[in-house]
Amino acid sequence: MSEHDHAAPEHAAHEHHEELSFWRKYVFSTDHKMIGIQYSVTGLLFLFFGFCLMMLMRWQLAYPNQPLPFLGWLFGEDRMPGGIMLPEFYNQLGAMHGTIMVFLGVVPLAVGGFGNFVVPLQIGAPDMAFPRLNMLSYQCYFVGGVVMLSSFFVPQGAAQSGWTSYPPLAEVNPFWGQTFWLVGMLFLIFSSLLGAVNFITTIIQLRAEGLTFFRLPIFVWAQFVTAFLLLLAFPPLQAAGVFQLMDMVADTSFFMPEGLVVSGQLASGEGAARAGGGSPILWQHLFWFLAHPEVYVLILPGLGIVAEIVANNTRKPLWGYKPIVYSLLALGFLSFIVWAHHMFLTGMGSTMSAFFQTTTMIISIPSVVILTALILSLWGGSIRFTVPMLFALAFLPMFGIGGLTGLPLGLTAPDIHLHDTYYVIGHFHYVVAPGTLFALFAGIYYWYPKATGRRMSTFLGHLHFWPSLVFMNGIFFPMLIQGLAGMQRRLADGGASYGHSQEVIWLHQVISFSAWGLALAQLPFVVNFFASLRSPKTAGENPWHATTIEWAAPSPPPHGNFATVPAAYRDPYEYSVPGEAEDYLPQFRPAEGAAAPAAVPA
Amino acid sequence: MSDAHAHAHEIDVDHHVRIYMRVFAALAVLTVITVAVAYLHLTTAAAVALALFIATIKGSLVACYFMHLISEKKLIYVVMVVTVLFFFFELLIPTISESINIHAG
Amino acid sequence: MSAAAIPYTVEPRPDTGLNNVKIGIWLFLASEVMLFGALFAGYILLRVGDPGFGHGSEELSIPMAFVNTLVLITSSVTMVMAWASCMRRDLGKFKLYMGLTVALGGCFMVIKYFEYTAKFHHGIFPSTSTFMAIYFTLTGLHAAHVLAGMIVNGYFWLPGAKMWETNWQQFTNRVETSGLFWHFVDLVWIFLFPVLYLLPVPYAHP
Repeated sequence: MSEHDHAAPEHAAHEHHEELSFWRKYVFSTDHKMIGIQYSVTGLLFLFFGFCLMMLMRWQLAYPNQPLPFLGWLFGEDRMPGGIMLPEFYNQLGAMHGTIMVFLGVVPLAVGGFGNFVVPLQIGAPDMAFPRLNMLSYQCYFVGGVVMLSSFFVPQGAAQSGWTSYPPLAEVNPFWGQTFWLVGMLFLIFSSLLGAVNFITTIIQLRAEGLTFFRLPIFVWAQFVTAFLLLLAFPPLQAAGVFQLMDMVADTSFFMPEGLVVSGQLASGEGAARAGGGSPILWQHLFWFLAHPEVYVLILPGLGIVAEIVANNTRKPLWGYKPIVYSLLALGFLSFIVWAHHMFLTGMGSTMSAFFQTTTMIISIPSVVILTALILSLWGGSIRFTVPMLFALAFLPMFGIGGLTGLPLGLTAPDIHLHDTYYVIGHFHYVVAPGTLFALFAGIYYWYPKATGRRMSTFLGHLHFWPSLVFMNGIFFPMLIQGLAGMQRRLADGGASYGHSQEVIWLHQVISFSAWGLALAQLPFVVNFFASLRSPKTAGENPWHATTIEWAAPSPPPHGNFATVPAAYRDPYEYSVPGEAEDYLPQFRPAEGAAAPAAVPA
Repeated sequence: MSDAHAHAHEIDVDHHVRIYMRVFAALAVLTVITVAVAYLHLTTAAAVALALFIATIKGSLVACYFMHLISEKKLIYVVMVVTVLFFFFELLIPTISESINIHAG
Repeated sequence: MSAAAIPYTVEPRPDTGLNNVKIGIWLFLASEVMLFGALFAGYILLRVGDPGFGHGSEELSIPMAFVNTLVLITSSVTMVMAWASCMRRDLGKFKLYMGLTVALGGCFMVIKYFEYTAKFHHGIFPSTSTFMAIYFTLTGLHAAHVLAGMIVNGYFWLPGAKMWETNWQQFTNRVETSGLFWHFVDLVWIFLFPVLYLLPVPYAHP
């Protein structure tokens, strides 16, 4: 009975995978590795596109209302007449930059890409629990991405009310762009929900023998918590998206208050198209109920990657494995009850604000525990400054700055001054850009040999890393200063019309040149990524001398991953074990003279 | 699957089917009661409380017996308890925050 | 076991006591609890906050919704009987009960159709008031879930029943899984019905 767990066609596919057509192998694949690569490539392309949107915005901010040299004609007279950016277009770039980076770039790469590729390998499984559902998840993401991209070409352009789409503005702004945004989000959310179900089931059910929960690599724990965040936090945004879509197409008033006057005309209430009576605050609650856990979705996989790379390149076990695990769980739980710190200025009142301020302060504790444990893990280590380790090391202080700059925002009093300023942009970009993105780069350099069988060039890796680190700080540190001066965000003229911004406006040029420099610094990475694909397959199974189970598989792993089903015989980071000949003892290597592994996992 | 195993399942199933029929009867009766109490002209607060109370009983019957939750494994319980916790947060915080702010009403 | 086969697709894993599909569907239902929670959160906030909210419920047809409630409860029973028939290896009874479940779902949708068209006929639309907005959205999304359940159940009733021959255990598990979704849809309606149709209006007539 257990031999025939699959419906017949799938079993046949496993046995005859060499005969799969191009379409079944590369496009309609159910193999987690191929799907992971699909998510990664698509995610990287969207990251690049979102980056381009931002570089365009940076021209307007550095040189407001001046024609864009060389490329101005590309965008047409209704977006950039005479090469000069219209405010409406600036707003589209801003809203879509945020949306694309968060939902189409980082999360698909971190969760869909790294999660799909690495997790089954690290737990010793042949694939995810639901391979066809996995394929469907990618396809929903793809469709959502197409819808989002095509929104640039609808009448009056893409959504232009921030990635946060607050009503009433989002609902009185041009119809098609916002509607496409909402439909795109419905697909993206559905994709994430299916993915989350897959990840959680896989991690619970498909762990190899001997791989108890407290022997899991930190990367798997991070993906496990992330999946729960996606599963339980996304549905409220799905609901809110449906409400706003109803407002757009059916003229309902879920979020439209009564008596709203737009451009001198009554938009809601007696005699108007909409009845009114709705609440813009309802949107904010439902949106941020997702969007706060979402920021933990953005950081947790990166934290997991850094943990793996730090252990591997210090040649010692991670310091504080259990505190890290409990902190990840606490972070996940607490992330559901802090959301209204994004709403301190909505008139909630001091009781609610005090509650959310308290939970927000409490949630900083597990974050600090994890960062401290990672830093302490360096103490006494034999540090190898490999390219992944460079990015992982840089992550630590960058994430530290990101986290610390969050504190004044989580406290209600300073937030009154800092809310909706460039300080906020500086804060969250520190966490996501030299934070998560550096962790993802580290992961690409680290797992590239496993995925392709080839090594990336160390020289080009350095050429990528050092300028990137400098330029990241050149972009986001000045934003903290601008924000402290009170310069508001989302202004197409970069704050030029406000007196309090004048002293810090010149920083826009520093930031813009740093951004364009950062773009150039990515070229060595792109060259490295593609050129290394042509080098000989010399990586071998375990080029980093690592201890986790994915390094037991061939590089690249075949369909089904492992020649023989692996088991776990010890903790995940047994480096420099006294008495051992080598400085690493892989999890999957049987103990000396041992027969069976530990009893069936508890 | 051996015949003995199949037979054991059949015994189980008969017992379950009897329970399903009783639950069905209870649900039907409770539905009638739900509608009947709506005509009692209670205060809004009492009407809401009573309606939700009866609905909770009906929902629990469906969950426990039709969905077999009463004999489910611990893992499922843990997931659902955590979910229900977050559910109540999400359900009530928006309205509470709007009701107690200085511009309430 | 070949390295490529995915374990615990049908038989339970010893330490969790569950197979993959059972966990998967409960996780999905957890997300659905959060989805409907958000919809109800909207109902509560708008009911408490909008003076113009209340009177729409007087326009709703309690008899139609009462019948629909009984229809869904009955369909839950036929669904669980369909699974019980699988466990008793009685294909004929399975087909009967599953067919009834799909038919009752269709009955629900037909009654809903008459409800909606009666509203439109009287010039009542989602845009008419915040109550009507939440009514149409909440019952509309619920109806979409009923439709999805009908499609999955319909698949198991007809073409999917072939798996009865090849892998009876997996087929029974799938029927149980589909049943869990169907019961959840019934459970949501158990709350929707009194909240939308039976609660007194929050504000007195002007």
